[in-house]
This record gives sequence, structure tokens and C-alpha cells, in this order.
Amino acid sequence: MLEVQGLRKVYSSGGREVEALRDLTFTVENGDLVCLVGPSGCGKTTLLRCIAGLLQQTGGTVTLDGHQVSGPPPGLAMVFQEYGRSLFPWMSVRDNVSLPLKQKRVPRQRRDELVDKALAAVGLAGTESAYPWQLSGGMQQRVAIARAVAYEPSTLLMDEPFAAVDAQTRADLEDLVRSLWQRLNVTVLFITHDIDEAVYLGRRVIMLSSSPTVVQDEITVDLPAERDQLHTRADPRFTELRTHVYEQIQKAKRLSR
Amino acid sequence: MRRFLYVAGLPVLLLLGWFVLSSGSENFYAPPLRDILRAFVDTWTPERLRADVLPSLVRLFAGYVLAALLGVALGVAIGLNRRLRATVEPVLEFFRAIPPPVLVPVIMLFAGIGDGMKVIVIVFGCVWPILLNTVEGVRAVDGVQLDTAKAYGVRGAARIRTVILPSASPQIAAGLRQALSIAIILMVISEMFAASNGLGFTIVQFQRSFAIPEMWSGIILLGLLGFALSLLFRLAEGRALRWYHGLRDAQRRS
Repeated sequence: MLEVQGLRKVYSSGGREVEALRDLTFTVENGDLVCLVGPSGCGKTTLLRCIAGLLQQTGGTVTLDGHQVSGPPPGLAMVFQEYGRSLFPWMSVRDNVSLPLKQKRVPRQRRDELVDKALAAVGLAGTESAYPWQLSGGMQQRVAIARAVAYEPSTLLMDEPFAAVDAQTRADLEDLVRSLWQRLNVTVLFITHDIDEAVYLGRRVIMLSSSPTVVQDEITVDLPAERDQLHTRADPRFTELRTHVYEQIQKAKRLSR
Repeated sequence: MRRFLYVAGLPVLLLLGWFVLSSGSENFYAPPLRDILRAFVDTWTPERLRADVLPSLVRLFAGYVLAALLGVALGVAIGLNRRLRATVEPVLEFFRAIPPPVLVPVIMLFAGIGDGMKVIVIVFGCVWPILLNTVEGVRAVDGVQLDTAKAYGVRGAARIRTVILPSASPQIAAGLRQALSIAIILMVISEMFAASNGLGFTIVQFQRSFAIPEMWSGIILLGLLGFALSLLFRLAEGRALRWYHGLRDAQRRS
């Protein structure tokens, strides 16, 4: 379970202070898929970096599976938005995926198994020896997802992972995330600025205000668990939910002015 | 074939020009190329290569490898540590500004005139481009790559070995390339000052005994050696940085 309690982050540089996160409190239950959505510049990435232990918060606590986060927690894997910069171009796909496992001292045989399984799960079997830059953008992001999956995390953090891929690839990747989540029984926290994506993917959607950020609103997405791009998006309930989220985000933007 | 013509065309033309223009030369100091080539074959026998060229190459290699190890190790330390960088950077700039040949007499005073002196001179000259390029390369490592490493628990020696060094390697290679030509220059200069064998020493000996065609042949041999070494370097670099060239091509295409 991921618990964020009164999280606050103030950046200070040269005597000037910028409050990015004011007071964020929410929990993500084990096995849940929660989407965080907010207006652009609302400190989504700051929040994610605090949760991932990459950034020290100014106040409040982040607790993952009962342990307070002060550095990168071992049970957490992260997928970055900039797949091209997050994969190491000097390593083959296989080495990229297995590097964190090596670091975890997983024995070689088990490592190879995990890598093969993860690459097969994202539909990339057969690309092990390629370099990431020989693949298309969508495939590169799949490699990054495979790396996270092979790590066998309890929680998966995704920071606008599909913001830089084209619309069709994006739809495929969204379905991939849904199916991986259902199959692997992993907790997913998915950050996006795309309202449709948030409603389509999430079991819950948390809306953030503009910076300095607080939780604006929260909904449970009561769409059927089996979703597909055609029918789910045409569902009247989907439209209702996305309208609600849209209104909340607009309200958040107005309030900040 | 066409590419070969482009590459080999100018050198062949220059040689032919030299050969023809110098063929009737009466000037003692600029003998005909024909004589120089004959001297080349007579002078650079296998024994001579073993006695004079091999020691030079060993010193060159020792100095270069030491400089590379030292430069990369210090460069990584300085590049990763902001405080260290602020402390040592002005001093580095000063040392780099000293032309290394000027240190030969000084180094001779405490290191003697043996191989040690020559290796020290080569190290002192070549370490700077390697060091400074490594510092730059390490500082320029992508923030997302560092975050990725951190998020997946890659730290300590593994972080340096698997992330920082490979990421900085194109820049380090640029430093190594600059250092190679400096190393050759310093090898020759240190041997010209004081030595009992080596290429630089032999060329000076020829000059002092007025064996002019032999002297010229030594210069040609040095040129060929430098060319061969840089070719070898390019080959090794191309292999080690295959990913980098591929990445750049991929980025250019998109």
C-alpha cells in the first residue's frame, strides 16, 4: 500500500521559494490502478519523484508497504516519460532489462528467465540483442515497461509514459498496461495530463489542483474491468466520468488565477 | 575502388611530385627521394627496428596507458564532485598551460635520463586532454539516465561502471585521440634530449653525423608510425563506440 500524508515540497533557489506541492494526502491500496491527472505544471513530476525517493520532500511522509520512503524503495519500479533517455543506449535490450536485476543480485538463470518473460509480456520477444535506438519509440517504451516488470515490483510508478508516442501506439500501450496490471497483481500509480487516458486506464482517478498542489477531487471509475478502446470510450458512463474530471480540472485552473 | 582512389590519390601525387622534383637535387640537405628510400630500406632493418623503434613504442605505450588510467580515474572523481571540481580546476588550468617539453630538463633532474623520465614526460603531457574531457563527459551525463539508475538501485561502483563511464565514453575517446598525438610528440622530444636508443635519438644521431638521407628516412618512419597508430585508434574507437555512432545516425535520420 502506498500512503502519501501531507506531502509538501518547496523549491528554494537564491532566496526565492516556490511552493510546488502544498498538502497532498491520498492512499493507493494494494493491487489498485490509480491515475493522477492535473493541469499542466501542477507538480505531477515533483510528486512522483518524491514518491520514488529521487527527491527529498519538504514536509509530510510517503509510506510504501509500511516503510517510510527516504531513498529509492526496493519494491518500486519506475517508467519515465523520456524513454529515449531512460534506456541506456550502450546496452542491448536484454542488458537494459537485466541491469536492475543484476544489481539486486538475482542469480543468472533466474535473471534470464525474468528478462525473457518480461520481454514476451510486452510483445518484444526476439529483440533481445538489438540496441534500444534501433527500435521505434513505442517499442522503446515497451522495453522500459519490460524493465520495470522484470524487476518484480509491488508498485509501478509511471510518469506520463505515453506523452511522447503517437496516438495509435498510445492506445496499444494503454491496453498493455491494463493487461499487465490485471495479470501481475501489481499496484500501479499512473500520472498523466490526458483526461481520457486517466478515465480509460484507472480504477480510481485523483485530480490535482494547479500548483501549489492539493488534491482537488477523487472518483472511482465504475466502468467494467474488461475495457477496450472501441466500446469503453463509446460508453455513456465513460463520457460522464471524463466530463466530470474535465470540469474539476477546469475549476482547478480557474481557482489558481 | 572509387573511395580508395580518393583516399590514396593525394598522397601518391605528393610522393610522385617529391620524387620528380628532387630527382636532380644537388643540395646536400635535401637529397633526392630515391636516395632517401634506398636509405630507408638499408637503415630500418629488423635489428634496428628492435633496437630503436621497439623501445620507443614501449615507452609510448606505457606513458599513454598510465595517462589514460590516471586521467579517467581523476576525471571521474572530479566530474562527480562539485566541491573537488571548484578546488582543483584553477590548478588544472595552470598545469595544462605549461608546455610539457619544457619539463623534460626538470624531470631529468630527479628521474634521470632512463625510461622512467620519458614515461613521466609522456604521462604529464597526455593526461590533460584525457582528464579534462573525462570531467566534461561525466558532468554531461543525462539526468534521466542518472534518475533511472538511482530508481533501480544502481549505485556505487556499478553506477560508475555501467552508467557514468559508458555515457562519458565518446568524450573520453575524444580526449584519448588528442592525447595520442601529444604522446608521439613527447616520445620523440624526450628521446632527443637524452637517450641511448629510440627513434628520436636515432634521428638526432643521423643529423649530427650528417647522414642526411638516413635522417629523412627516420622522419618518414615517424610519420608512418603516427599514421598507423591513429588508424589503429580509429579502428578500436569505432568498435568500442559502435553504439554511439549508431545512435547518432538514428537520431539524424529521424
